[in-house]
Amino acid sequence: MSNPTKPLLTARYGIAESWKIANAERAGAYQVAKRALTSIEPAKLKDEVKNANIRGRGGAGFPAGVKWGFLNPGPNDQVYLVINADESEPGTFKDRSIMDLDPHRLIEGAIISCYAIGSHVAYIYVRGELASSVTRLEDAIADARKAGYLGARPFGVDHEIEIHVHTGAGAYICGEETALLNSLEGRRGEPRLKPPFPAVKGVFGMPTIVNNVETIAVVPDVIDMGGDAWSALSRLPADGGVRLYGVSGHVRNPGLFEAPVGITMRELIYDYAGGMLAGRPLKAVIPGGSSTPVLDPRRLVDAPGEDQPLHAWHGKSEIDVPMGVDTYRALGTMLGTCCAIVMDDTVNMVEACRNLMRFYKHESCGQCTPCREGTGWLVDVLNNLCAGRGKPEDVDLLVDISNNMMGNTICAFADGTAMPLLGFVQKFRDEFIDAAHNGLPSDVRHDHSVRREVEKVA
Amino acid sequence: MAFALTPEGEREVDELLTRYPERRASLLPVLWLCQRQNGWISSEVVDYVSQRLDLSTATVRGVVTFYTMFFEEPVGENVVWVCRTLSCDLRGGKAIQDHLENKLGCTAGHTSSDGKFTLLKAECLAACGQAPMVQINDRYYENLDVEILDRIIEAHVTRGAEAAADEFSTHATFGAPSKAPISTAPPPPSPEAVRLASQPPPAPEPVGDES
Ligand SMILES: Cc1cc2nc3c(=O)[nH]c(=O)nc-3n(C[C@H](O)[C@H](O)[C@H](O)COP(=O)(O)O)c2cc1C
Ligand code: SF4
Ligand code: FES
Repeated sequence: MSNPTKPLLTARYGIAESWKIANAERAGAYQVAKRALTSIEPAKLKDEVKNANIRGRGGAGFPAGVKWGFLNPGPNDQVYLVINADESEPGTFKDRSIMDLDPHRLIEGAIISCYAIGSHVAYIYVRGELASSVTRLEDAIADARKAGYLGARPFGVDHEIEIHVHTGAGAYICGEETALLNSLEGRRGEPRLKPPFPAVKGVFGMPTIVNNVETIAVVPDVIDMGGDAWSALSRLPADGGVRLYGVSGHVRNPGLFEAPVGITMRELIYDYAGGMLAGRPLKAVIPGGSSTPVLDPRRLVDAPGEDQPLHAWHGKSEIDVPMGVDTYRALGTMLGTCCAIVMDDTVNMVEACRNLMRFYKHESCGQCTPCREGTGWLVDVLNNLCAGRGKPEDVDLLVDISNNMMGNTICAFADGTAMPLLGFVQKFRDEFIDAAHNGLPSDVRHDHSVRREVEKVA
Repeated sequence: MAFALTPEGEREVDELLTRYPERRASLLPVLWLCQRQNGWISSEVVDYVSQRLDLSTATVRGVVTFYTMFFEEPVGENVVWVCRTLSCDLRGGKAIQDHLENKLGCTAGHTSSDGKFTLLKAECLAACGQAPMVQINDRYYENLDVEILDRIIEAHVTRGAEAAADEFSTHATFGAPSKAPISTAPPPPSPEAVRLASQPPPAPEPVGDES
């Protein structure tokens, strides 16, 4: 393991019944919130969060401190904190662990955050499927209230804070922050036009900060260590701290790992996740949820100019670039949720791409024509390719449809569909052309490396 | 027959209404309460909810139809959601679905003839590191193979959903127990000389937006 720091975010995961308040408190829970509310000014708390360089853990990587700075409530405004626990991006399974294994960390983070931004009410929007997370959060909130950490005078301080869990009901798009706000208001989960941004006009027409579960869960550590010290845990500038890395797919040891920002994908796969299943070659990896363009380990970074952001990794494989919001953007992909989907050489990229595009077709909210129609057309074309009814021109048609979806819609869902498609086609074009000529075998599967084990056949 | 919540359910609605500054915001939680009691969202449920929250039936129906977890028709005693998104499929999601279809005698989207199970396909359920997995009712079952799956289904039939969940259901884990021993990393594939375009492509718009 190349994690030089002691676990922070996951420090209590290993404790027996870590979700119970007594066990969490024995391991330090609520100490920081108590200190923050009783002895630190909100403005100072906001400064620490800003200095910590927390890049939003929900996918977009926007600096949390900067977002908080957009708040400018009027005298009669109620400020809301909304915690995004919709966790539906394919490949992503990190926030669930915080809610299941250390709900008190999230609540402590929410208390500090509410106090810092002047909010009295936080809603945690949990996707409907995560019933066990909802139960653990609700129990934890009830216990925190009983202990006097929530309610009219948390820790005896005159700043009322209530936290409510709001359960979704199955819809990926409700992870998009304005769709989430509509869903929270009891409406269909359709994204809103922006501006106005939530910080100006969010839920119930009031200034609202929407942050991901992990973003809020790191706040206690940030305040405890101080923003600068926490930021310095990272290996990269302007992208601070530690984060949860997830690995799924064809690795020996799939799961979650806490590590500093800036480890490489190669470290994540080979050091943390135990390397490839059955020692097979790595073919491709989707770095941070299905909306992030795929990486191809054969491709080398070409950044000969000293002023190019990736110059230090010139000539190295894509998987040797440190995982950060800005480094990955320079690489033409995104860090997203930092949960990687790893694929070995048995995977057909056209089929993998079709699997994901079916997801987007199913999940488009349907408000915008390029998205509603485009996702359907992509699936139709991919179906034709897979069934042997395709033509080589169809590969360009895929690119054309995607280009027409990008930037032409209300929310970033359409971009999150088009970008990964373009990545697949750009990096594995041969396979798409091959499918256009020959189709795919009707029983094409990508679980060869585990199939015998799952099906229990000799 | 008109639908009504139990007195206890009514008290829960009263409590829910205090959580939000607007009445309408309790629509999703109230629909959940009703579905838990009734099994699905019938037109009687829609009528009840629209009266209780002072919304038009069209509004309520519009919301019900948006979300996949609200059932618009009756379902079996247990609902099995099998995840077929990429991470699960890479580790045998298809095999799990095939096995369930054989065992339950119905294809995905249908209910077994004895009414005990409705089988539905799901999109990624945020358990990708423990793939393949299914959700049965409101609980997760992870790291499946067909033998464990058989035992889970049997337990639902013979001992009921709650006992099955107590024995087999899983919460999130950290660093999932690896089935194969972790050995030292095999050498990664040697990079061939495929080069990225000299200029990195323009940075895509981030997913999700700054606010
Ligand atoms: C289609 C779509 C789905 C999203 N899903 C999620 C999600 O499940 N969880 C999440 O935290 N953010 C999700 N986001 C990002 C949110 O819109 C928002 O940027 C984020 O919650 C802000 O929190 P952060 O700044 O702490 O990351 C999604 C964005 C889009 C466009
Ligand atoms: S881009 Fe797609 S998901 Fe987003 S608002 Fe438009 S139709 Fe809905
Ligand atoms: S792909 Fe099945 S849980 Fe994520």
